[in-house]
Amino acid sequence: MTDALVVKGLTKVFNKNLVAVDHIDFTVKEGEIFGFLGPNGAGKTTTIHMLTTVLKPKEGSAIVCGHDISREPNEVRSCIGVVPQEYTADEDLTGLENILLCADLYGIPREVSKKRAEELLELVELTKFEDKQVQTYSGGMRRRLELACGLINRPHVFFLDEPTLGLDVQTRIATWNYIRLLKKEYGMTIFMTTHYLEEADMLCERVAIIDHGKIVALGAPDELKEKLGGDIMTLNIQDVSSDITDAIKKVPKVKEVKRQDGTYRIKVEDGEETAPIILDAVRAEGHRVTRLSLTKPTLDEVYLEYTGKRLREEEESRDAIFRQRATLRRARG
Amino acid sequence: MGKKNGVSRNPLHGLWALTNRELKKWYKNPYLLILSIIQPLIWMGLFGRAMNLGAIFTGSQLPPLPSTIPQPIAQELQAYFSNATQTIFRDVFGTADYFSYMSVGIVSFVVLFTTMFSGMSIVWDRRLGFLNKVLSTPVARGSILMSKVLNAVIRSIIQSAIVLGFAFALGLQVGADFTPLNLLGVFFAVFLISMGLSSIFIAIAIRSTRWETQMAVMNLLNLPLLFASNALFPTKLMPDWLQPVTRINPITYATDATRQLILYTVDLQQLTYDFLFLGVFAAIFSTIGILLSWRYLSR
Repeated sequence: MTDALVVKGLTKVFNKNLVAVDHIDFTVKEGEIFGFLGPNGAGKTTTIHMLTTVLKPKEGSAIVCGHDISREPNEVRSCIGVVPQEYTADEDLTGLENILLCADLYGIPREVSKKRAEELLELVELTKFEDKQVQTYSGGMRRRLELACGLINRPHVFFLDEPTLGLDVQTRIATWNYIRLLKKEYGMTIFMTTHYLEEADMLCERVAIIDHGKIVALGAPDELKEKLGGDIMTLNIQDVSSDITDAIKKVPKVKEVKRQDGTYRIKVEDGEETAPIILDAVRAEGHRVTRLSLTKPTLDEVYLEYTGKRLREEEESRDAIFRQRATLRRARG
Repeated sequence: MGKKNGVSRNPLHGLWALTNRELKKWYKNPYLLILSIIQPLIWMGLFGRAMNLGAIFTGSQLPPLPSTIPQPIAQELQAYFSNATQTIFRDVFGTADYFSYMSVGIVSFVVLFTTMFSGMSIVWDRRLGFLNKVLSTPVARGSILMSKVLNAVIRSIIQSAIVLGFAFALGLQVGADFTPLNLLGVFFAVFLISMGLSSIFIAIAIRSTRWETQMAVMNLLNLPLLFASNALFPTKLMPDWLQPVTRINPITYATDATRQLILYTVDLQQLTYDFLFLGVFAAIFSTIGILLSWRYLSR
């Protein structure tokens, strides 16, 4: 088995006309961290719900660790771990009680689950708080508890839905480290959704960008950035009135030049080497450069390129908003 | 893979874990526990003692006889009326005091209100995402629903026991051939009625994400179900159009069985019929609940 996840033509339609996920195809290799990136309402969570057998697909199929999600849902359920977007741990129970409850849902015998629970709580550094009620936990602690719960059955494929939603920057980075640590310890395949670009960039080996229920780009983050066609250089010259676009265009490896309000936005290959040559060309024209910057393309730009917007204001269902608020509120703890 | 992980193949795994999760919320929270006991007690006090129906039927409420009637005959009449009214009361309620009649009815009341909230908890589980998490585990779909039913059943039985305990302490007069063994029958009746009722309320809530809807359903059903039964008042004195309703209302049968076992001399035929009705009621609705959970828990 080389592919942990094989998805073919997976489709979900809500209320007969709202196409949430529209014939998506992709595969995730064994041991890979695969990211699903997209704006709110793009179909990320719906996809995860289908892959984790919570929702039934309308069309298409998906094989999760060798089992079909529609035909053998119970086999799929036994071999996956899920960390939902919401904090699902029971507030009235302690951390340990919660994790043992998860174990019972998988039918893991108590003597095995006790040992695993201790081990996982140790890894996510919650051992000290295991007998405290979850309502006393901070957002980061709750996330870690969810991670531990999701791993109690030693899953082959681990699903993370927006694992750092609502966390502050430090806690987010800490959570990434826990995810990396757990991945190192247990070596499972990870499928995660996120709308934080730096998260996908930091963690994922490959990402798929999904928008309006369709996959619009798929590949390693670096690959996708390269596809954009090189680095971005911006420069200003002292004499605002003259136009040197053509002079810059003549430099080899310059792919595109745009002039806007006296600022030149230049797409170049091998930015570090090409930039000095461009500077020379500008000086040869008799102009003085007043300002210069060179940026490597980020996933941000890739995302922008494919989805058109940085953040789309989506009309979300009442329920999604409620859940998101509940999650955010608890994250703030 | 799953099997190698030591995952059990027992189809009922997780059922008790889910039930215990709900029960813990209750017994670990002393306020909730105390409140859920106090409420029926208040009802018992208000209905059973404040609405002292028995007092109406004592001879003392009769207007004084005209003085033209000779004294010995007046005394005779007085005694007759006093006797007659008490006979009427005994005939209507089957027992000498309303408190006894009513406090047993409160058991049904407790069961109704406990089971009604079991629908709410599935709505919350859906909204908070817990249900989705459970759905992604290999727990049997039926177990998810049955854990809620079981939780309601266990709570109903415990609360009924507490209510009956208080009723005994406050002067419930048991029937002539009451034995503590009869209580087992009472709890069996509570088991059946709470199983059927909670299955109904959960089935209504199974796809709902709005607790407002659920509240509306509860408000619509609770008092009609309670009053269109013999829990507080004998059905035979109710208007004709209401009689058919009381006869299909399972609360009538649970209350009748409980009264027979505690207050009355057991009419074996009637009692068998009560339990038969309750058994069929519980079986039908828990089956419907499980079928619906297979079909509708995952959308």
